[in-house]
Amino acid sequence: MSVSAVVSDTPKVELKSLDELWFQVAGTLCNLECTHCFISCSPKNDKFGYLSLETVERMLHESKEWGVREYYFTGGEPFLNREILPILERTLEFGPATVLTNGTVLKPEWLGRLRDAEHASVYSLEFRVSIDGPTPELNDPIRGPGTFERAMQGVGLLVAHGFLPIITMTRIWDEADDEAILDQFRKTLAEHGCDRPRLKVLPRLLIGAEEKRTGGYGPHDRITAEMMDDYDTQQLICSHSRLVTDRGVCVCPILLDAPDALLGDTLEEASVAYPLSHSACYTCYQYGAICTNPSTKHFEG
Amino acid sequence: MRLAFFGGVYNNYIALEAAIADARCRGAEAMYCLGDLGAFGPHPDRVFPLLREAGVVCIRGNYDDSIGNDLQDCQCGYTDPRDNYFAQLSYDYTYRNTSAENRGWLRELPQEIRFETDGVRFLLCHGSPRRTNEFLWESTTSTHFLDKLADDSEADVILGTHTGIRWQRILTAGGRFINVGVLGRPENDGNTNVWYTIVRTGPDASPEAPDRHPAETKVGPTVKQPLSVDFIPLEYDHERLAREMRDEKIPEEFVETILTGWWTTCLEVLPGKERRCGRF
Repeated sequence: MSVSAVVSDTPKVELKSLDELWFQVAGTLCNLECTHCFISCSPKNDKFGYLSLETVERMLHESKEWGVREYYFTGGEPFLNREILPILERTLEFGPATVLTNGTVLKPEWLGRLRDAEHASVYSLEFRVSIDGPTPELNDPIRGPGTFERAMQGVGLLVAHGFLPIITMTRIWDEADDEAILDQFRKTLAEHGCDRPRLKVLPRLLIGAEEKRTGGYGPHDRITAEMMDDYDTQQLICSHSRLVTDRGVCVCPILLDAPDALLGDTLEEASVAYPLSHSACYTCYQYGAICTNPSTKHFEG
Repeated sequence: MRLAFFGGVYNNYIALEAAIADARCRGAEAMYCLGDLGAFGPHPDRVFPLLREAGVVCIRGNYDDSIGNDLQDCQCGYTDPRDNYFAQLSYDYTYRNTSAENRGWLRELPQEIRFETDGVRFLLCHGSPRRTNEFLWESTTSTHFLDKLADDSEADVILGTHTGIRWQRILTAGGRFINVGVLGRPENDGNTNVWYTIVRTGPDASPEAPDRHPAETKVGPTVKQPLSVDFIPLEYDHERLAREMRDEKIPEEFVETILTGWWTTCLEVLPGKERRCGRF
């Protein structure tokens, strides 16, 4: 883990409004073991466990008085949680839902049920499928042998059930190559029946497994009070989100492993201001709203 | 009371002229425009005299803020390079063709307007009460979020535009959030008409009002005053608009939207549910 410390000039971010509530619905359990995973998820990492339908329902009710606008579900792989279908169905009675999946374990009967749930709701159910590049040669060394084809089959299933998945990729290439990679991805997706591609590129977070892969952050990669002058704090997810885990409410989906990230058992307890003492906060600062969907990004203005 | 609300005009002065005439025919006693006068269409300066002569009360959208303050872009916040390319072409054209006098006028517009009529507290904004360029889509906005916006801003009825697609939600306390639609371009549904909104309050909203259909009048549990909302589909000479856009060398992708009713650009910000209603 990268060294972090709250020093005198560490700025704090207030929770301005709780717009997004995240659920670590699969804990740190995943059928894959990606070499860049910032929370080192794997089939054996049970540091955080599955969330029950009961817990999710309790937090959904609690979230209403906070005026939460939309709900996100992540892991690990959310579809390993045996209650994920009723969890998503129930959530769509409260608000919009987005689920972050690796796309490799989806089943047609599940997607048929979720399509029906979305049709019955005024709200969107969005799928974000993680695929790290438009070819097996780019993706598989990171996510595992055969995962590119399996994930693309998942994308095909989603499209066949009427969903328009957002393909989320971590930038494991040079930023200057973004456009060429995205162009190639649009072609690959079209070949798999997805002719309305929605693509989202994420920066790498140099913590967890990724720290071992590429070396982590440097000693000066941190946010100082001076850097917050004229900065729009709404770009930072901690200003408008919290994450529910089986061990309590955490500040954000990125800092799950950080010892100071668990803030309490309730949204009220977790509504305290949070110091930007971690190196990963620097990536969030640089790129802004990296976890949020394009349709609800917080723009300056 | 009958009030007409227009959303983004996007330089479509032909639709604006038709909307003003239509609203007058329907007995509108006041007209409001919720911002984004520029973008997309031809001849930006033709919008301003129509608004002034008809006494349409305007607020400042993100586009107006950019044009009025000589900014470099429209603050729409697109990240897709193709979306940014088209947005920038449109912005540069609008900026180049908006007079200094009209830019000054845009700069002075208020960010929000509040008033009370027939016991209903109205709040008019562009995107949301808290942020001019916030996208509030029907499928990605929970009711309790809107309840909180209304509570925080002490309003019964909040009206906005910005997204380009009309919708409304009855709030838990009986108030209403209304996206009034836009006059600038069709709604990505394959129809060429555009939309605006008429809100009625007091006796005009009661089921007994002469041209009122009872089913359209909804009264919430705590807001006792009647309120009714009608989304008005507006036909206008869209073929003339398309001809003028081509004469001005505005991208063919924009002309296609006017002629077909399908959005061809700036699709990245659409949620899945709204995107699926379109063709692209």
